[in-house]
Amino acid sequence: MTRLILHRLFYGLLTLFVVSLVVFLATQALPGDAAQAMLGREATPERLAALREQLHLNEPLAVQYGSWIAGIFTFDLGTSYAANMPVVEHLAPRVTASLSLMAIAALVATPIALLLGAYSAMRRDRAMDHGTSMVTLILAAIPEFAVGILLILAFATGALQLFPAVYAGRADNVLNDPSQLVLPVATLVIAVSPPIIRMMRASMIEVLESEYVQQARLKGLPERTVILRHAGPNAIGPVAQVIALQLGWLAGGVVAIEYLFRFPGIGLALMDAIDTRDIPVIQAVALLIAVVYIVVNLLADVVGLAANPKVRVSSR
Amino acid sequence: MSTATPPSTAPSPAAGSAKVSPKGTAPASSPAKRPGLIRTAWGHGRTKIGVVLAGLVVLIALVGPLVSPFSPTEFIGTPNSTDVDGSLFGTDQFGRDVFTRFLHGGYTLISIAVTSALAGVLLGAVLGIVAGYLRGKTDEVIMRANDMMLAFPQLVLALLVMSIIGPKVWLIMVLIAVSHASRVARVAREATRKVVEQDFVKAAEAIGVPRARIMAAEILPNITSPLLVELGLRITYSVGLIATLSFLGMGLQPPTADWGLMINENRVAITVQPWAVALPVAAVAILTIGANLITDGLSRASIGIDRGVEK
Repeated sequence: MTRLILHRLFYGLLTLFVVSLVVFLATQALPGDAAQAMLGREATPERLAALREQLHLNEPLAVQYGSWIAGIFTFDLGTSYAANMPVVEHLAPRVTASLSLMAIAALVATPIALLLGAYSAMRRDRAMDHGTSMVTLILAAIPEFAVGILLILAFATGALQLFPAVYAGRADNVLNDPSQLVLPVATLVIAVSPPIIRMMRASMIEVLESEYVQQARLKGLPERTVILRHAGPNAIGPVAQVIALQLGWLAGGVVAIEYLFRFPGIGLALMDAIDTRDIPVIQAVALLIAVVYIVVNLLADVVGLAANPKVRVSSR
Repeated sequence: MSTATPPSTAPSPAAGSAKVSPKGTAPASSPAKRPGLIRTAWGHGRTKIGVVLAGLVVLIALVGPLVSPFSPTEFIGTPNSTDVDGSLFGTDQFGRDVFTRFLHGGYTLISIAVTSALAGVLLGAVLGIVAGYLRGKTDEVIMRANDMMLAFPQLVLALLVMSIIGPKVWLIMVLIAVSHASRVARVAREATRKVVEQDFVKAAEAIGVPRARIMAAEILPNITSPLLVELGLRITYSVGLIATLSFLGMGLQPPTADWGLMINENRVAITVQPWAVALPVAAVAILTIGANLITDGLSRASIGIDRGVEK
């Protein structure tokens, strides 16, 4: 198993390298000069030349890439042109804000989804199970920004003005006013939960039909103990991978939701940077999201391997 | 897997989302006949609901432009007003008719989504079949390259590339098709691996049928069920992705009437003029829900396992 995990880790590193290459090439080397893109209509030959110099656009691609990568390892990602400060300084509070949002969403979504999934499995083929299955199918299909807008229409406008429709505040104290977080968190929860619910249901059904659960029941254990001590913990194993994948999805999924709620996180920073053509920020955020996504997927793979008894026992 | 369904008789869900016909499959020639995929899928109640929902939205998108009361770029009254003579839902931020723009806003979205999903499934199927059948080095190279593609969330990849080149319709289609392809390729490869083990493939190899012909005539027809499910799934995703891109201002550009863009343009005035946001959101939501229900029905019919949208 260790060998298998090392193998995955190696490919993870390789993927990280290729992804950094893609981010770099997409922004600095595509047709359409980065300096031209950044200056837009304000481009004069002198300013273009100065900016090309600053971005090292005149040097060979390999050198440009090398210095960019070297910068990443020393936390020097260049200067944000729109915010007029180092990218790291500009992004740090936003990363924290996004992480807080994602963490709250994960903490809310995971237990609810697991409970719903397990409960559906115990009520298999009854009205409640069919209802949950239908609702998860529906919620999973709707793009997350549309879910957010439906929530805004329902809870922030019209008759029920319970929560603010957009976030008002700075990036460094997002936890100060929890009522502002309710709608963005709810949107994320609705977006990530359906696959967890479905997986938990499937896994629980399998476990409930297993012999050891039958044995526990025949032994005369109360159903409560059977579910909580025997079935539940065994059912969660296979779901862990799905949970990890969903958390990885969150990294990219926050972009549209932060944009919708004007939440000052990395997603909004990315959209603002695209608007102002602030290339160092675009590069940093795209790379950051990809890295989180890759690392989480890697973890999900490892968790999946560890949860799979066949792999664990065969000890390759 | 319905081994008796040649690809030509499977109606493409492009048209299928509007009118999946229960009579579309089941060739009469095969003696050991199982009901066709589409017919089995139609047996699930949720498929019917899905067809009705998606069909309704597709109908609006197709017929809407022909019956709209105004021109989508015509100014008909004061901006952001819900009370304009002769206008059903009032005016948008520039004083254009909301209902007209709603009727015009779906055609491009749906055609781009369906085209890129079709292209993605086609490309993915080719890659998956080639990787699964030829194995060895080819398999390794294709699937490793695939893994790299999968390392990016689809939306972030699209945003990254478009941040420099700018939002162009062909670029959206290429990016979405390519990122779909790598996901489809995985499924197609798995399905191919199962088919390759079977005797009729070995028989074809033994009598010296060219490999390209084996892939096209022996393998492809036998993996149409998973591919059809995949197509449904990819259409659902495409609609969501393209609507999201438009909503983020990185899709279709003003003054085009487009659902995603309408939501973006009018969400500031959501309290005064909720219709300009509510109509397109409802359309996108109902379309994706319908497509996902159809996909779910197809997948239940094809493998008996749930395979809806996962994010």
